[in-house]
Amino acid sequence: MHQALRNGGSRSETRLLSAILVIAIGLTLAPVLRLFVEGVTQDGAPSLALFDTVLAQPATLSALKHSLITAGAGTLVSLLLGAGFAFLVALTDLRAKPALVFCLMIPMMIPPQITALSWTQIMGPSSVLLKTLGIAPPLGAPQPLYSAEGIILLLGLQHMSINFLTLRAGLRAIPQEVVEAARISGARGLRTWWQVVMPLTLPSLAAGTAITFVTALGNFGIPAMLGIPAGYVTLPTLVYQKLAGMGTTVLAEVSVLAMLIGAVAVIGILIQRFFQSRQRVYLVGSTSRPLAIPLGAARLPVEILLWAVVFAILVLPLFGLIATSLVPAYGVPLRLDTVTLAAWQEVLFRQPATTRAFVNSFGLASGAALTLMLICLPLAWLMERHPTRLSRLFDSLLDLPYALPGVVLSIAMILLLIKLPFTEATLYGTIWIIFLAYLARFFAVMFRPVQASLKQLDPAMAEAAQSVGAGLTQRLRDVILPLSAPAAAAGAILVFLTAFNELTVSALLWSSGTETLGVVIFNLDDSGETAMASALAMTIVLVVMALMGLIQIFARRFPKGVVPWQT
Amino acid sequence: MADINLSSVGKTFAGTPALADITTRFEDGEFIALLGPSGCGKTTLLRLLAGFDMPSTGQIRIGARDMANARTGKMVPPEERNIGFVFQSYALWPHMTVRRNVSYPLEIRKLTKPEIAAGTEAALAATGLAPYADRMPSDLSGGQRQRVALARCLVSHPDAVLLDEPLANLDVALRASMQEVFTDFHKRTGATMVYVTHDQAEAMAMADRIAVMDQGRIQQFDTPQTLYERPHNRFVAEFVGRGTVVPVQGIERDESALHAHVLGARIAVQSGNNAPSVSHVCLRPENLSITETGDLRAKVTRVTYLGGRYLLETVAECGTRLLAETRAKFDIGAQLGLTITTPWAFRED
Repeated sequence: MHQALRNGGSRSETRLLSAILVIAIGLTLAPVLRLFVEGVTQDGAPSLALFDTVLAQPATLSALKHSLITAGAGTLVSLLLGAGFAFLVALTDLRAKPALVFCLMIPMMIPPQITALSWTQIMGPSSVLLKTLGIAPPLGAPQPLYSAEGIILLLGLQHMSINFLTLRAGLRAIPQEVVEAARISGARGLRTWWQVVMPLTLPSLAAGTAITFVTALGNFGIPAMLGIPAGYVTLPTLVYQKLAGMGTTVLAEVSVLAMLIGAVAVIGILIQRFFQSRQRVYLVGSTSRPLAIPLGAARLPVEILLWAVVFAILVLPLFGLIATSLVPAYGVPLRLDTVTLAAWQEVLFRQPATTRAFVNSFGLASGAALTLMLICLPLAWLMERHPTRLSRLFDSLLDLPYALPGVVLSIAMILLLIKLPFTEATLYGTIWIIFLAYLARFFAVMFRPVQASLKQLDPAMAEAAQSVGAGLTQRLRDVILPLSAPAAAAGAILVFLTAFNELTVSALLWSSGTETLGVVIFNLDDSGETAMASALAMTIVLVVMALMGLIQIFARRFPKGVVPWQT
Repeated sequence: MADINLSSVGKTFAGTPALADITTRFEDGEFIALLGPSGCGKTTLLRLLAGFDMPSTGQIRIGARDMANARTGKMVPPEERNIGFVFQSYALWPHMTVRRNVSYPLEIRKLTKPEIAAGTEAALAATGLAPYADRMPSDLSGGQRQRVALARCLVSHPDAVLLDEPLANLDVALRASMQEVFTDFHKRTGATMVYVTHDQAEAMAMADRIAVMDQGRIQQFDTPQTLYERPHNRFVAEFVGRGTVVPVQGIERDESALHAHVLGARIAVQSGNNAPSVSHVCLRPENLSITETGDLRAKVTRVTYLGGRYLLETVAECGTRLLAETRAKFDIGAQLGLTITTPWAFRED
């Protein structure tokens, strides 16, 4: 009765909202809740005994230490690179900014296991590229990336885009008038930067750093490819090793580990939210003209430097990958007489596992994108129209499955689906557990762009349809769907992109027959088939760049805030 | 076509009352304006009529149908009310052409193709939009967009048309011509129209009756002329037209006339026949004439040229601010004598 009174005009809308909200909460938050319950109970009774046992193991403590060191130092690398680029791109009059921004986004979109693979191809004694150039270290010399430093460097490169994006968004929100006022008052040069720009951007800098740390902490691909050969184990790789080695018998134990990673991650997320909310408080006023400080004579040297860095972190590793993919056997130098497409042919057309993985990944990614679009579009609109206490709570928590490390979500999914309630059936080992995990993980990737575009939609659009007699389904079909279609399309491409080459979740959930592309690259490299792994990785990079390009082409037609790198 | 009946309608948002105890009746075919400052509840009342919100108390009837009843929880959703709504933002669907925007209400009603086409063409012709039928809303000017909104609303022959500050986004010249469009539309269709505005000139120009609202209540509901000449209370007196409300010190009543002591002078005042007593008078510029011998001495503090005449802002010796109009120019600081002629007096609690 009370509900009906408050929402009066549209009881059909509130009913639909409740229905979809239940589905969405079941998809995204139920696994996280299930994991929490597992950690604090033993044999059905509340107990923290398992915690004590697992935390007392030296392997746990050393993995925790390694995780904190690599994630912490990696974040520092991201911060230096990302912030440097952000200040230069956002504040100065550099040329070709859109191209620079696009290139800086690519590292974020390339899956971490491919980043790791490509970097190992330009370093170490068996690097095809170095051998070809004749500058390879002697055989037997160690691969320098198989170390804590290697992990730190690559984590830093992988996630610098996050720092870059958040800081750039913060900087663009500073109106030019603020700096002009400082200059009128007599402040000049670096003083303006230090006393006006810096304090205003600190919250976004801090928020970006916190979320970078959380992402680095949850990264599985890089520590798995670089750390496992070196015996340097972090928390996500420890979970993987335990589960791969001993199967589901250690499920209770690894769920404690997952909660441990989750706890550290949640602290990071809370810090990020704190700073993000502070940022909104003080940036008011017109943002019509963003800052553009002329660099003068320094412009060309700075541009050359920036593009050189982009070349070093983006183009060079890809050259390494291409070089390795074109030789007949790993370690052979690349010459005109040794060039062969054998690895490409083998991996793309002959290997049944890779063909299967292509089908699986394509099906999972497009299925997830489509399903999430169907759920998110009406849900985002109804949540915007009828904010209830439950929907606001869900709004604040729905990022959790995406923000939490993938390992955490995978363990949560296994716990939830290994034995379906009231039946003996299990989804563990089937492709459906991966599919449901993708729905949970990428929910926010789909939901946020759609939400951003619907927030900008005049509520009168739907009300006008209602006043001329259109019912709920007609309003959704004729007005809401067409108006939010661009955002939904962008969200769907992003979901497809991230799900298509995802590794962390599927690494723990795959079984023979349900392998994904991420898993196959990891396994190929693991079994020494580096040339084939490189060829497959290169294929994926090309698909990723093509899809990103597609979004970029249509970027101008999307509402503000829909394309993540166009903030 | 239908009359609209409200009985004890109230609305609270999260505990804050936005409308309180509205009981009134809009006659069939009337052009009603809801006038008031922002936050007075006029848009809330309009949205209750449309069905976008449910009243917290009371009952709304449109024609013979019970549209909303807070006591029983009964509520007819907007899409089943057969009402037209014109939004301040026009709310044209940007992905549909002008023709499709206008024909959409007929498509919803599942009319046959020829019926839809005929209805749409008639609505486009009536609003002068036929040449623009195949354009997208983004290619139209503000006034043209408002015409599309109006055409979309008239195409389905609604029982009542609700308009939410439809001219607020238009420039002054366009407003005047759109006012004509609305009055023509009203004359031709005879539909009951409820028009929300904060612009009293707009309300006075178009409405048969105006409901002046403040703090969630209707302060006075009368014809424009009555509102101006015979305000019920201080709020209406000060909100409608230029006026200063001044307390009355004492009254003398005889058979033929009522005299009051205002600002130290004894003057004849008018008031409602059944008013038991009066406490204030409303002094409008036309109640004040400038005379050398005027009993009321005042000093000019500001002069505004209105075109052909001047508005003088003056301060009387007792400190009261009075507004007068003259054809002659006065300088700031000049001393004047003012005479008050039969102002309207009312009772203020």
